Amino acid sequence: MTFPLRAPNLASRVLHGEAIVMNPADSGLFSLNETATAIWLAADGQTPLRTIVESHICPDYEVAFEQALADAEELARDLAQHAILLLLPEPRPNPCP
Amino acid sequence: MPLMEALNRRALEHNIPLSAHIDLTWRCNERCIHCYLDHDDPAELSLAELRDLLDQMAEAGVFFLTLSGGEIFLRKDLAEIVAHARLRGFDIKLKSNALLVREADADWIASSGVRQFQVSIYSHRAEVHDAITKVPGSLERSLKALRMIRARGVHTIVACVLMKPNARDWAGVQNLAREIEAEFTIDPTITPHISGDRAITALNISRAELTEVFRSESLVGNIADFCAAPAPVDEDALDSTPCSAGHTLCFISPKGEVYPCVQFPLPCGNVRQQRFADIWNRSKQFNQVRAIRTRDLPVCSTCGHAGSCTRCPGLAFMEGNMYGPSTADCEKSYVRTGIPSANMRLIQIMSPAPPSSDYRATIKASC
Repeated sequence: MTFPLRAPNLASRVLHGEAIVMNPADSGLFSLNETATAIWLAADGQTPLRTIVESHICPDYEVAFEQALADAEELARDLAQHAILLLLPEPRPNPCP
Repeated sequence: MPLMEALNRRALEHNIPLSAHIDLTWRCNERCIHCYLDHDDPAELSLAELRDLLDQMAEAGVFFLTLSGGEIFLRKDLAEIVAHARLRGFDIKLKSNALLVREADADWIASSGVRQFQVSIYSHRAEVHDAITKVPGSLERSLKALRMIRARGVHTIVACVLMKPNARDWAGVQNLAREIEAEFTIDPTITPHISGDRAITALNISRAELTEVFRSESLVGNIADFCAAPAPVDEDALDSTPCSAGHTLCFISPKGEVYPCVQFPLPCGNVRQQRFADIWNRSKQFNQVRAIRTRDLPVCSTCGHAGSCTRCPGLAFMEGNMYGPSTADCEKSYVRTGIPSANMRLIQIMSPAPPSSDYRATIKASC
């Protein structure tokens, strides 16, 4: 199971439902669409990715759970490669601020 | 479309102040000869007021935040201000002369997630830099701090404002920046004093010196492209907005006054009296600035440079008319391309004096 967590020290802002994220370490700038933003905002390090998909993606989009989960996993890996999301094997002990 | 362009477009579409610049103080421990500020303490916003303002700005959509001055390290609560801004998710750039930065400051700057740290360096020669700042030893101290901050992995920027005393020192500063592994930027324009006094603009570099800058590949990239004659002005150019000031950008002074830009001192409100969002959305002045399109500028709309000019509406405002030309930018367009601006032609017609070797002298004579 994967517990996604927003990387610390990032700058971010949600504008009209879409997040912009800046990584100060390398000035990498990212724009997330509404779905990615929903996952990003829910990535508190305590909620499993599949729960995020169940509770934040499936109710709002006409998509089968397995397909949504596969897409979310791909997105999470992509964001992790850019160091703006951490994929934890265990939930972190304290909630994300 | 590049991401920044897309973001700016989205911000413009939704009237979002994507970028803001706050001067935390106008107090300063340098006395730069070209400075456009007064250094008296003007009842600065308190830490509590700034925290509240940052909350309001985050809510309004501000993302790119520049904290500047004056000298920001004269505020004893700077680390707390930055910490609150980071908590609210801002992307932060600090501008400082860095004279007061010690190892412990460099540590918190790096650990706090500040993305950019900018310091003005005027010359690689201490006697020139220190004469501009009027602080002996300032070059050495600023460079030491820059190196400390860079060593901690923070993106550092060396900014070089050009004026008569350092007109030909930019290459030396560029080498220093390279050695520090800092980004290098240059600004060849001296801004009038915020009070409107234009005396310091006499420090502007000469046309010959500006030409050298604009013919340097290391500064402008491809010289032929940079200096190419402007493309014909089309309807899109005439419908364009002059710059981001007041559209996606605003400036807030140490006492809470809100302006379209640090170079555009048109008072639009004060956050001590109104909510930031109310000023941004409802100020008559902001809405006036936002309504201006290039086609509304009586002289500039007839100019062949209208589609490519870097016209600063703030400098035009400080010349007396926000719908008018900014002569410093007319000069830049001319030096770049060799083609006089409509404003330059107009002045020549109105003032048929013998041609001067210095265009600025011509402008002054006709004003």
